[in-house]
Amino acid sequence: MTMIFNIPFIAVVAMIFIGLYAVLFKRNLVKMVIGISIIESGVNLFLITLGYREGGVVPIFTSAPSEVVKNAPGSMVLPVPQALTLTSIVIGVAVLALMLSLIMHIYEHYGTLDVRKIRGPEE
Amino acid sequence: MIDTFLKSLETGSGFWNPLVLGLAIIIALLLIYIIRGFGKKDYKKGTEQTKAFLSGNPEYSKDEMHIKGKNLYWGFTQALKSVYNVLEKMHNGNTSDYVLWFVIIIGALFIIIGVI
Amino acid sequence: MNWFELITLHSPPLIVAVPLLTAFLTPLVSKINEIVRNLFVLIMLCITGLLVLILGYDVLTNGIRTYVFGGGAPLPSGMNIPVRIMFEIDSMTIFMVIITIILAIICILYSWSFMKDQDGLDKYYTIILLLVTSIFGMELTGDLFNFFVFLEISCITSCALIAFYVHKKESLDAAFKYIVISSIGALFILFAIGLLYAQYNALNMATIANAIQFTFFDKIVLVLLVTGLAMKSGLAPMHMWLPDAYSSSPASVTFILVGATLAGLYGGLRVIFTIYGNQLLNTGFTFYPGLLIGIIITTLGVLSIFIGVFMALKRSDFKKMIAYTAVAEIGYMFLAIGSYLIGLALSVPDNPQMLVAGTYALKGGLFHILNDALDIGLLFLVAGAVYYATKQTSLNSLGGLARNMKYTTIFFLIGLLAVSGMPPMNGFASKLLIYQSTYQISPILSIIAIICSIMLLAVFVKVFQSIFLGPEIPSLKNVKEVPKSMLAAMALVACIIIFIGLFPNIIIDNLVTPAAEALQNTTSYISTIVGGA
Repeated sequence: MTMIFNIPFIAVVAMIFIGLYAVLFKRNLVKMVIGISIIESGVNLFLITLGYREGGVVPIFTSAPSEVVKNAPGSMVLPVPQALTLTSIVIGVAVLALMLSLIMHIYEHYGTLDVRKIRGPEE
Repeated sequence: MIDTFLKSLETGSGFWNPLVLGLAIIIALLLIYIIRGFGKKDYKKGTEQTKAFLSGNPEYSKDEMHIKGKNLYWGFTQALKSVYNVLEKMHNGNTSDYVLWFVIIIGALFIIIGVI
Repeated sequence: MNWFELITLHSPPLIVAVPLLTAFLTPLVSKINEIVRNLFVLIMLCITGLLVLILGYDVLTNGIRTYVFGGGAPLPSGMNIPVRIMFEIDSMTIFMVIITIILAIICILYSWSFMKDQDGLDKYYTIILLLVTSIFGMELTGDLFNFFVFLEISCITSCALIAFYVHKKESLDAAFKYIVISSIGALFILFAIGLLYAQYNALNMATIANAIQFTFFDKIVLVLLVTGLAMKSGLAPMHMWLPDAYSSSPASVTFILVGATLAGLYGGLRVIFTIYGNQLLNTGFTFYPGLLIGIIITTLGVLSIFIGVFMALKRSDFKKMIAYTAVAEIGYMFLAIGSYLIGLALSVPDNPQMLVAGTYALKGGLFHILNDALDIGLLFLVAGAVYYATKQTSLNSLGGLARNMKYTTIFFLIGLLAVSGMPPMNGFASKLLIYQSTYQISPILSIIAIICSIMLLAVFVKVFQSIFLGPEIPSLKNVKEVPKSMLAAMALVACIIIFIGLFPNIIIDNLVTPAAEALQNTTSYISTIVGGA
């Protein structure tokens, strides 16, 4: 039964490894960027999983059930991981947009998206 | 007083004072200037004296005379060719390989720090 | 409370806020006039510099400062861990912030005429200022997630700046490599921060450092953080993005990128010395963790020195050569820091002279951060000047520039002597500290360091010979000396280099020694937050 609760963590590790596989072994630049995006989703999933508390209540003081406020104010969840995840998603979008726009420019100049063929000239 | 002046940079097992070295450089420059004064004074501009002498060969154009970057340290790089082959292979410009190095280092450190 | 105390109190957030606001005001101001925009950016950075001096004076005289956002106390009522974001400033932070502000001001001064002919300059200044903001943030913050956010801002802005020459193949290529590698590194850092949060329920560095146990997960976190930040600072063999990025961006950008790289190094120091500071001599293992980390860092540092010097010797592009020597210089810093860790571990139980030697190594390493930023920076500025005047950087097509560019040649000579550790420049002072102290740790380290330093000299003799000396090349007959603002920027760096070279004790006593003591004294950093609560 305890195995069930570990599934999110297994999914996190799996996503990170899938993403790394895509970055390391895929030749297409867009696929590499998809890999980075998958790693990022894995890390976000990790943060969200950390934030889950069984029996917790949303920490909005005015809309919490009155018995919770009266009896167990400690069951309100400190929303730090959620805040971290939101920030991380926003940053991820910025990085993704930047990478994709760079890929567009790279395709204009090199005419290919193969990672082995785009390289700065040595010497 | 002179002691603290000398030890302006202590290095644990010694000391170093750049001002003393600066003094030494100035004295050396003076000596060089004096020695230069002993040189011959019959140098004339615009005569045969100023022309480059290349063992009797004709002088090349200015462009070809200059020793360029690729001419220097040829022997060194040739002698260490095996090292350079490895190094050039490392810097192959492939992004995936660069990420692979990062992953390899993480893995190696996991083994070293995690196991021991 | 008079106005000066008020400024002193609020200087930490202002140091971040002033460049940030300036960044977004610059596009508006540039609608008026180019000169007004440049002056505006320069003046605002000078104001930031003033704030840095005020904060620095305060911290160096009164000890560690904290600044809590959203309230006076680190703890809201009913909490037993700090949840608020806070800045924590000790002498090490001050040291790095001073380096950053020097780099930023000189970069803007240099950009004045160097970037004159480019378009999109309002955005260029915005991104430069954002990069400066992110570097300040990384250095001032006492919160791990905040550190990550600033790290990502610096990734994004650096990538945008590296791709500034968007019409050039190499810049795009280098920018893409940089963003892929650094975003993966940053994601691993975020994962590590998540692991720390899962265990200790805190994001504050001091709180985590107080609670840390060196469990299995802590080892994973240590590996991820150290590797990620070492990658950001360009340690071999994860340095490959660095030469590409440095060599294909404009020289003024490279100058500030050096600062961003060093901020990564600062993050690594914080992780090792603050978060894991109390665990370095943990006796629960076969070896001290500090000894293992020290050996690893020293090995990688020596490897970077080797790779940097060897690759630089063979390159024939001016900027790429300097970039590889920058890798070597980073190696010197890591060598010194690793030597300190080894010395610390060897000094237990009864070998105190090892700790003394290690402390001198640490001082040398920290001093070398300042010297590396100035020396490598000056060389990049000279490379930019050569590019500005001749529109090329290949050693195979340049020559005889000393005839037309006298001042640039002198500045290059100063940078050459400084970077290869020739007395009486500043590079020698810090390298001497590193040589003599690593000799006591292990003579072989010091021998390698000296040999590679000589090879650095060889590298730059090659550059000097093939670019500045030699007969006048007909195609370069009409080359002119670069404009005054670029000369002024280079002269400023050269003056600082010579000043530090002649009076190293002033910098060592007032900045480097407090910084080294702040790093060694983990307890005072922790107790400022935790002890007061």
